[in-house]
Amino acid sequence: MSETPHIDIDYVANLARLDLSEEEKAKLGSQLDDILGYFDKLNTVDVEGVEPMAHAHKVFNVWREGDEPGETYAPEVLTKMAPEHRDNQVVVPKVVE
Amino acid sequence: MNYEAVIGLEIHVQVKTRTKMFTAAPYEYGAAPNTLTDAVVLGLPGTLPVLNHAAIEKCAKLGLMLGCEIAEECKWDRKNYFYPDSPKNYQLTQNEQPLCIGGKVEIELPGPSRNVEGEHRWVILNRIHLEEDPGKLTHEAFETVIDFNRAGVPLAEIVTEPDMSSSTEAVAFLNCLRNIIIYAGISDCDMEKGQMRCDANVSIRPVGSDKLGTRTEMKNLNSMSNVKASIEYEIQRQTEILEDGGNITQETRRWDVDKGISFSLRSKEEAHDYRYFPDPDLMPVQMDRARVAELEAELPERPLDKQRRYQKDLELPFTITSVLCQDRELSEFFEAALETHNAPKAIANYITNDLLRELSAVSEHGESAHSVSQSKLTPAHIGTLAKIIDEGVISKQIGKEVFTEMFATGDMPDVIVEKKGLEQSNDTGEIEALCREAIAGNAKAVGQYKEGNEKALNALKGPVMKATKGKANPAMLDELLKKLIDEG
Amino acid sequence: MSDLHFKTITELAAMLAAGETTSVAITQAVIDRTAAVDDKVKAFLSSDADDALAQAKASDERRAAGKAIGPLDGIPIGIKDTLAVKDQPLRCASKMLENYVSPFDATCIVKLREAGAVIWGRLNMDEFAMGSSTENSAYHTTCNPWDLETIPGGSSGGSAAAMAAGEAIATLGTDTGGSIRQPAALCGVVGMKPTYGLISRYGLVAFASSLDQVGPFARTVEDAALLMQAMLGKDPLDSTSIEQPEAPDYAAALKEKKGPWKLGVPAEFFGEGIDPEVKANIEKAIDWYKSQGCEIVNISLPHSELAVPVYYIVATAEASSNLARFDGVRYTHRSEESKDAMTLFTKSRGEGFGDEVKRRIILGTYVLSSGYYDAYYLRAQKVRRLILSDFEKAFEQVDAILTPTSPTPAFKRGERADDPLAMYLSDIYTISVNLAGLPAISIPSGFTESGLPIGLQVIGKAFGEADMFAVANAFEKAHDYAQQTPKL
Ligand SMILES: [Mg+2]
Ligand SMILES: [Zn+2]
Repeated sequence: MSETPHIDIDYVANLARLDLSEEEKAKLGSQLDDILGYFDKLNTVDVEGVEPMAHAHKVFNVWREGDEPGETYAPEVLTKMAPEHRDNQVVVPKVVE
Repeated sequence: MNYEAVIGLEIHVQVKTRTKMFTAAPYEYGAAPNTLTDAVVLGLPGTLPVLNHAAIEKCAKLGLMLGCEIAEECKWDRKNYFYPDSPKNYQLTQNEQPLCIGGKVEIELPGPSRNVEGEHRWVILNRIHLEEDPGKLTHEAFETVIDFNRAGVPLAEIVTEPDMSSSTEAVAFLNCLRNIIIYAGISDCDMEKGQMRCDANVSIRPVGSDKLGTRTEMKNLNSMSNVKASIEYEIQRQTEILEDGGNITQETRRWDVDKGISFSLRSKEEAHDYRYFPDPDLMPVQMDRARVAELEAELPERPLDKQRRYQKDLELPFTITSVLCQDRELSEFFEAALETHNAPKAIANYITNDLLRELSAVSEHGESAHSVSQSKLTPAHIGTLAKIIDEGVISKQIGKEVFTEMFATGDMPDVIVEKKGLEQSNDTGEIEALCREAIAGNAKAVGQYKEGNEKALNALKGPVMKATKGKANPAMLDELLKKLIDEG
Repeated sequence: MSDLHFKTITELAAMLAAGETTSVAITQAVIDRTAAVDDKVKAFLSSDADDALAQAKASDERRAAGKAIGPLDGIPIGIKDTLAVKDQPLRCASKMLENYVSPFDATCIVKLREAGAVIWGRLNMDEFAMGSSTENSAYHTTCNPWDLETIPGGSSGGSAAAMAAGEAIATLGTDTGGSIRQPAALCGVVGMKPTYGLISRYGLVAFASSLDQVGPFARTVEDAALLMQAMLGKDPLDSTSIEQPEAPDYAAALKEKKGPWKLGVPAEFFGEGIDPEVKANIEKAIDWYKSQGCEIVNISLPHSELAVPVYYIVATAEASSNLARFDGVRYTHRSEESKDAMTLFTKSRGEGFGDEVKRRIILGTYVLSSGYYDAYYLRAQKVRRLILSDFEKAFEQVDAILTPTSPTPAFKRGERADDPLAMYLSDIYTISVNLAGLPAISIPSGFTESGLPIGLQVIGKAFGEADMFAVANAFEKAHDYAQQTPKL
């Protein structure tokens, strides 16, 4: 992180499944490098032994008891919002692995 | 050079809860598409997950069954990857702190023949964690359609150490694991219904080497025969590559059932960078130690422990115990029958021979597989039947007839015996008269018997049994015939 | 009564109770006002006047039947476009959700309905709540009613501008890093962000789950407290919502808690980057508290400087995952160019998201990616705890903390559009509060020479809303800034 930070924008955009034009990539790339440079401030502080904070107010064992079935949606709720559907299923272009 | 295989398995098991892992929508196999969803299942904007306590308890129970340590504290992480079956495009899973740590499974390898017990060994587990199932994709000619019913079903992922060395061991492991899981009531483990799915990691190394070779991962093996065939194929493939001086590529492969080959899906370099991080929507879980102890106390006996006990304490043969202990229900039925009449061998025989035969006959007549609980018979039926035979009320021969009748009607055996007048005849006078008639009518058989051929007596018993409609006490009959011939 | 739309909830509740007005009249006044000024202000994305009037009519009928519920009954409340309202569009000001209609109500909306409120319109915002100026809306830019050339702040800019322009009696916003308080300050209204967990996030479209909170915009502190009272509480659908041991009564607290208080002033919030007029204004406000007998304590929040990087790492990481569900599959925009699963995702997302959202998704994906997680995300989570500790130490000495809400008054449209880092620094005084999960309120504290509003931020202890409201209320009651309205 102390080296000049640089984002491999193609790699990250692919992970994020985000199609970016060459222009967007160039602009984003330099903006993000600036931002990452600013993030370098984080290295000015010693975090040895500090517990990471994932929740503002952590409590344990928040769960649903009873295993009682709740309400379900009619398939139409989904098909009404889906860009494409057939026989109550959502249709997408053929998925090949 | 000789190579040995190193195999590790990851098994996903659908935990049998009524509702999903992170919402109260129900799940059942085979429901019409997209009828078991709600806002959370579909990942609609604004929805949040809430843990299902029942699933946590069941998974902890599974861990205890498999000798895992139950974590003091566990939490959920997001595994980020895009796939059309994944409503949020991340899976809630346990990466850093799983619910169950370690563990081991006792497996039984196949014996030299079907009725001889095979070798036992332990397979070491790495962990069991609790996560959510994605929806189901169906690939059509030009499109893929998605049913989200399955999305969010709780999955226990059981991860072994690379601790097996053959497809036979892997299959034995899966069978034993499956039995334990079904015993514990965690899942029905029906592979055809996707309730149990297996990924296999396979590598090979020169025999004697302690260094692991490069592994490949086979995804979604959905039957025992696929597990077996794909592992064997992979060992062969890797061996050929190494023998040709090549290198194994670390990759994910898919097993093609029809062609009987596997093919590469993606190599490690392009593998997913899952960007795991702790899920901010769920709070961590602390497992109450008293509750863990309670769950432990409720555990059923493991099938192989039970089998050992039956063989040792009840002196039952391996072949019968292996049938009885396959199925928790069957073994419980057996033990309940013993309470009516403590005759383990006779009762075990009735259950493993007569009862299972009748049940499979029913199944063959088009009805779905019949289980013990669906038959009209209770343990008391079998226990009583064994009891009245031992008490000499009916013969074993008549017992067969009573069994068929009670299986069909559900009447108790003593009721059937009385209704049909099947009591064994102990009337010495009547039987003696019939015996004399038989001896007089078959000099040839008498002669043979006198020459030392005991079997010749059968020819004399026949007419007596026929005349008494099988009710003559066979032991008494035997004794009487011998006495009369010797006297004669 | 032409000025109904500029009255407070408290005033209108009294008028309704006295039979001096009706909910239909109030709602109509708000609808008329919106029709008159929203061409200029552009606070709304959509509104449904008929639906609002139907709710108002139901409220009036309830009241006529003697079943009026409480102070919110019949009051029209505008809703930020990131909160789910059943059967209303929920677009998050994004093209991605252009046609999406929510099938359910957010929990805060359910609670407002239970309190009798009239749910009114969808308010503009930065796309997916990412921004500080409402210039990132995919639909249109909202203008600051005090100077139409300037921005209203963001991301809840529509909610703040609608209040300032009299287009609602109260509005809801969401605050992840200052998105309620900063626009409230820039538009001269009251805006409040509760303690994390106080109001359910169910139905709030997640930006950064560990930081997001729903909160009110109001004309007075008392009105904000009324809205909070109606919306707070543990929600079984949000695992991060928290049950308070003692139910707060804010109305009573406002009457009873009179001070004087010990008030902390952090030196770090008055340094580099603050506008001199803002600085002078806040110092004057602090002096006023001192003049009322409050003890002003100079405190230090040494890690404040790191709040911006920590925030932009944590928030973008969570956002990159939260926004993964907008993928072209189930309910979002789907690209015409979707040829396979990959392009379905990449093209739909590339077309559906605006620049700032893309920027943050890329940043958040990067900080979680393999090899960078420890250096960025994990480190940020640790520094986040140091920021919290600073506050905890400070609150050992003081009852509340006073700071400017924003380093500058409203800036001109387009001024920071191409400098994301400068834009990120607009939140410098608000984001540490989100990182620490604390409550804070921004109240009008005066105007710049050119007539732009300035806001004073009062930060409370965790779950210390009652004290925080009381401190803010004291200042508000002694000044008339809140009563001033812009000329439109
Ligand atoms: Mg796995
Ligand atoms: Zn898994």
